[in-house]
Amino acid sequence: MSRPIRVVVAKAGLDGHDRGAKVVARGLRDAGMEVIYTGIHQTAEQVVETALQEDADAIGLSVLSGAHNHLFARIAALMKERGLDDVLLFGGGIIPESDLPFLRAQGVARVFPPGSSIDEIAAYLRDAVSRSRGAP
Amino acid sequence: MTEDLLALAAAGDRRALGRLLSLVENDEPGAAVVLRAMYPRAGRARLIGVTGPPGAGKSTLASELVGSYRSVGARVAVVAVDPSSPFTGGAILGDRIRLRDRFLDEGVFIRSMGTRGSTGGLARATRRVVRVLDAVGYDVVIVETVGVGQEEVDVVRLVDSVCLVTVPGLGDDIQAIKAGILEIADVLVVNKADRPGADDTVRDLAMMLGLGPARTGWQPPIVRTVATRGEGVPEVVAALARHDAWARDCGERERRRAGAARAEVDDLLREALLRRLSTRSGAKLDDVVARVASRSLDPDSAVEELLAD
Repeated sequence: MSRPIRVVVAKAGLDGHDRGAKVVARGLRDAGMEVIYTGIHQTAEQVVETALQEDADAIGLSVLSGAHNHLFARIAALMKERGLDDVLLFGGGIIPESDLPFLRAQGVARVFPPGSSIDEIAAYLRDAVSRSRGAP
Repeated sequence: MTEDLLALAAAGDRRALGRLLSLVENDEPGAAVVLRAMYPRAGRARLIGVTGPPGAGKSTLASELVGSYRSVGARVAVVAVDPSSPFTGGAILGDRIRLRDRFLDEGVFIRSMGTRGSTGGLARATRRVVRVLDAVGYDVVIVETVGVGQEEVDVVRLVDSVCLVTVPGLGDDIQAIKAGILEIADVLVVNKADRPGADDTVRDLAMMLGLGPARTGWQPPIVRTVATRGEGVPEVVAALARHDAWARDCGERERRRAGAARAEVDDLLREALLRRLSTRSGAKLDDVVARVASRSLDPDSAVEELLAD
C-alpha cells in the first residue's frame, strides 16, 4: 500500500463550531486519508506541534470566528520556524474573499469557501501532496 | 540522508524524529539501515500497553499515566493505534485529543497510527515505531490499541506490561472481552468507576480471571479509576511498577522478550521467504492459483508443487 496522506484537521482559538471540521475529517477518511483531528480550542503552537510529531502532509484549519487572518498567519509563521516548509497549509470556514490575498501571502495554499465539496478538497490534497512528495 | 535523520533524532530534533517514524512505519528506502543502527540502542525503555473496548477511557488514562511518569522526570512517548477502514484505508486518528495538555511538553512525544489493514503489518509497523522511540531515549513508551482483533492482540504482545481498561455497564458484553486479551492483561482497570455497576464489573472480572488456568504467579490486580479526575491513577502506576519488579525478578520479562524476538524473526522470515518465492515463481504462481480456483488442483498439492522447485 502506498503511503497514505496524513492530514491534521484543526480548530484553533476560541471558535467552537466544529461540525464542518468533523464533516471534512470523515470525508477525508472516506477518501483514504489518515486524519489527525485535534479537537477545538487548540493554540497555534499545539496545531503545529501535532503536525510535526505526526509528520503530516498538510494542515487544514477551520475558522468560523473571524480570527482567520491572525490564526493562519501565526500558524504559517510557526510552521516556518519549526521547519515544516513542505507541509501544506489550507483551510475553510467563514473567510471573506477580500482576505484571500493576505492569506495567500502568508503561505496559505488554498481556502475552501462554504459549499466546497469533500471531493474537491480530497482531490486537491491528493494532487498537491503527490506533487510535493515527487519533488526531489 | 537517513544517517542525518538518525543523528538529529537522537540529538532531540523532533521534526527529524517525526520523519524517521514515517520512514520505518512505511518501510521506505533507508528504513532497513535505520533499524539496524537503532536495534542495539533499543531495549532500555519500559513498554506499557493500554488496551480495551472503544470508549473505555484508554486515552484519558494514558494521559494521566504520562503526567505521572513526567512528574518523576521520565521522558514518555505514546503510540496511539486506531482502526483504519478496511475499504478506503483511511482513518480518523483521534486519540491525541485526550492528550492535548501534553502536546507542548518537551519530554513527551505522541504518534498516531492507523491499523492499515495488511496481515501482520500492524504489529511489524508498531514494533518499528516503538523501537525507534526506545532507541532515541524515551524512558517509557505507552502503546494504546483497541484490542479487538488478532492484530491488536499481537501488538499488545510487544510490551512488558499490559493494562486492560474496561467500564461498568457493558453487562453481558463483558464476556465479549476477547479471551486472548484477558489472558495477557497484567493490570485490569475498571474506569468510570463512579458509574452504577462498577462493583458488578469488578466481580465479573475477578470471576473470569479465576476461571482461567493458573498463571505464572502474577495475580492481575483490578483497579477502579475515574481517569477524568485522576482518581485511582496512582494505584494503576503502583500496580504497573509492582508488575515490572516481579517480572524482572522472576525472569518473566526475559521470557516475554525472548518470545517477542522469536515472533519477530518468524514474521520477518516468513515475509522474506514468501517474497523470494513469489519473485522466483511469479508466472508459475499465477498458473497454480488459476488451477486451484478452477478446482483442477487442490491448495495443498498446489503448495507442494511450488515448493518442489
